Amino acid sequence: MAVQLTVNDAKRTVSADPEKPLLWVLREDLGLPGTKFGCGAGLCGACTVMIDGKTVRACMTPISAAAGKHVTTIEHVAATPVGKRVTEAWVELDVPQCGYCQAGQIMSATALLTAQPKPDAAAIDAAMRGNLCRCATYLRIRKAIQSAANAGSEGAKA
Amino acid sequence: MSRSSTLNRRAFLTVALAAGTAVTFTADMALAAGTKAKAVMLNAFIRIDADNRVTIGSKNPEIGQGIRTMLPMLIAEELDVDWSQVTIEPTLANEALYGPQSAGGSRSTPVNWMPMRQVGAAARQMLLQAAAKAWSVEAASLTTASGQIHHKASGRSAPYSAFIDQAAGQPSPSLASVPLKAASDFKIIGRPTPGVDTPAVVKGKAVFGIDVSLPGMVYAAIELCPVFGGTLASMDEAATKALPGIIAIVPLNSGINPTGPNDAVAIVANSWWTANKARQTLKAQWKTDGLTGFSTAGYEQAAAALHKGAAQKDLVKIGDASGAMASAAKTVSARYSYPFIAHATLEPQNCTALFSDGKIEIWAPSQTPASGGKMVGQTLGLAPDAITVHITKAGGGFGRRLMNDYMVQVAQIAKALPGRPVKLIYNRADDMQHGFYRPAGWHQFEAGLDANGAIVALKDHFVTPSDKGFPVRAGDMNPAEFPAKFVANVMFSQSMVPTNMPTGYLRAPTSNAMAFVFQGFLDEVAEAGGLDLPELMRRTMGAARAVPLYERGPVFDTGRARAVIDKVCAMAGWTGRTKGAEGKGRGFGFYFSHSGYFAEIVDITVTQGTRIKVEKVYVAGDIGSHIINPMHAEQQVQGAIIDGLAQAIAGQKIQQVDGAVTQKNFGDFPLLRIDAAPAQIEVAFVKTDVPPTGLGEPALPPVIPALANAIYAATGKRLRDLPLRLGA
Repeated sequence: MAVQLTVNDAKRTVSADPEKPLLWVLREDLGLPGTKFGCGAGLCGACTVMIDGKTVRACMTPISAAAGKHVTTIEHVAATPVGKRVTEAWVELDVPQCGYCQAGQIMSATALLTAQPKPDAAAIDAAMRGNLCRCATYLRIRKAIQSAANAGSEGAKA
Repeated sequence: MSRSSTLNRRAFLTVALAAGTAVTFTADMALAAGTKAKAVMLNAFIRIDADNRVTIGSKNPEIGQGIRTMLPMLIAEELDVDWSQVTIEPTLANEALYGPQSAGGSRSTPVNWMPMRQVGAAARQMLLQAAAKAWSVEAASLTTASGQIHHKASGRSAPYSAFIDQAAGQPSPSLASVPLKAASDFKIIGRPTPGVDTPAVVKGKAVFGIDVSLPGMVYAAIELCPVFGGTLASMDEAATKALPGIIAIVPLNSGINPTGPNDAVAIVANSWWTANKARQTLKAQWKTDGLTGFSTAGYEQAAAALHKGAAQKDLVKIGDASGAMASAAKTVSARYSYPFIAHATLEPQNCTALFSDGKIEIWAPSQTPASGGKMVGQTLGLAPDAITVHITKAGGGFGRRLMNDYMVQVAQIAKALPGRPVKLIYNRADDMQHGFYRPAGWHQFEAGLDANGAIVALKDHFVTPSDKGFPVRAGDMNPAEFPAKFVANVMFSQSMVPTNMPTGYLRAPTSNAMAFVFQGFLDEVAEAGGLDLPELMRRTMGAARAVPLYERGPVFDTGRARAVIDKVCAMAGWTGRTKGAEGKGRGFGFYFSHSGYFAEIVDITVTQGTRIKVEKVYVAGDIGSHIINPMHAEQQVQGAIIDGLAQAIAGQKIQQVDGAVTQKNFGDFPLLRIDAAPAQIEVAFVKTDVPPTGLGEPALPPVIPALANAIYAATGKRLRDLPLRLGA
């Protein structure tokens, strides 16, 4: 089945089983391996991407559900001002260790700050609890989200 | 370090320093790719191009410990270049050329601290010699800084790149005598340095093993016998083969690791999702006779029964423990246990291989790529020069990727499909159910105290899983387990429970379990003697001195131990044993492992009687004279603390029913999530003037007993079995 969708602002047509998860279409068919496979069950968040601005677990999302929609992955997240601030904060604080979960972390953090520009500590934990980090970079993830939020409010004032 | 690895190290340095031996770091990278002008290899690790850009080969597997950044920092320091002019490239696996290339045992720092610096210093000397000749001056009259050579008398200066051709032709100086910088001149060592891969990671561009992509690549899923040690009795592959996209079905038996029969069937397809889904149609029948009786419940019952009788074997016998116990002023006894647990790296096990013309090329997220290559050679009957191993980034290791079972499996699959690159990926259940687990263990303790609370007798009857009559891998007990060397009457004994579980090294192997049981029990002993645990530790260790732990083993410096204990108590404002007020509690733990001394204090709050919230953790550690990269050092410690907390309270327990593991994913084998992470982990290093040692592991063990002891302080309940649970 041919599925048409927009990935990172580019129109793409994919010929795949309609049940094939978006994760594997991104990785195998569209050459976008930045989105990671962790659990295949929506438990770890490593495969988090955005569809029409909302985060989904790509491992649980059949490609048919993405037809006609806008998908944003880690490779393009910095194209929005919020995503740019988040990735810059991630670099500034050197958040990653092994780095494997970080695509998902950055997507979730970007979605959080897009919806809620000044989250408090509890809101950060609540929004990020779906993303596991086996290296346990959690303390820096919290700091980086706060830092990106502050950079956002400074940007708004300027 | 053993004599043989010392010899290996010497050999590698000789080869590595022969300029021109290696033209590039990776076989498929054209010389000076990406630069316009010619670049020159000064030795196996250092390439300098005409623009004075310095490329440093980073030889060890990166698993999140920051080694890909740290080893080149050592080279750059002594080469005397600015970190900003350095580019890092991973090298191939080639231990003859680069020396040991493993990530394990917290060994990378002690093994490489001098050799990497010497590699940089030797290249600097070659540049100085070349400049001296070119300028007809004495090399001793030249100085360097930021990749430039200066001659003060004449005012001449030139970049390293001006001399690279001549330098590459200079003989390498003797490593034993090559001058090294004084520590006071360090500019890179000791400076917080971000990870070299971080910019790529945040763009989704870092290539992990699972991301390797080759032209014409096909994908393999693997159906492993669910019961460890089983064999394939029969399979009906017709329905599977008929599915669209399926390319091949390949029966496997690595036989090497784990040893013995471990049959599996690989399904190869044009998509991994297709291959994995097709497993449902594969009608594989397994022969598991004699293997289905192994179970967690069975082990626990057997251990309890063994603890009621005499031990099977004495491990350590000092003085007369039974006699001293009988005449002690007070005795304390308790039974502790810990379960099998999995590594659960977030990147599932995977590996990519291409077999072609009798040779194999492998892309492996492995902690021990060279030994994996040897296993592949053994399995396929290939000579070493027919095997090329590329070291990829790994999405976590924790000891799981020491084992290389996935490398041997993909090599077998690739051999069945010559000319086609194959990527094997485990799904999460495969990864959870086919690991090399941290072995379970059970301890029956008894201690005798004198009237002052000093320990006069100590007994531990240790029950450990076994295979073929020996403790399983990582199921041994250190005969010098603290406080064995500081108590006059000690009896450690052992009994065994047979298992078919493959076991292995999990971050701080044996220590992650022994710290919990010993420091937990010693907290009970301290209380019985009217002391707190830091004070019991100080009194038991006595005066500052070096105590050899066992023959050819490490030396335990009681002064360094005491210093970190005092430091962490000062950081936290420890005021002794406190009774829990409003569910608040504080606990202490100390452990010495992998040459590192760590003392930790955990503050918790218990709400609703059963909910444990870790508020803050204080850490004081001593790993020698230098913290090479303070940024990653703090990361390692914070990560180790949360890793230990996860083992303690996330609910991690691998269970076996009918010979097979029942856990499948992060639902039934949880990791700690961000909302359970402490608000703060305060880390301080005490520096001692000995060469620096590793940090991947030693910060982890003490946090587990510190937490258990905090729960006791908060609730009055001693939790003696991992995972820790309050309430039903």
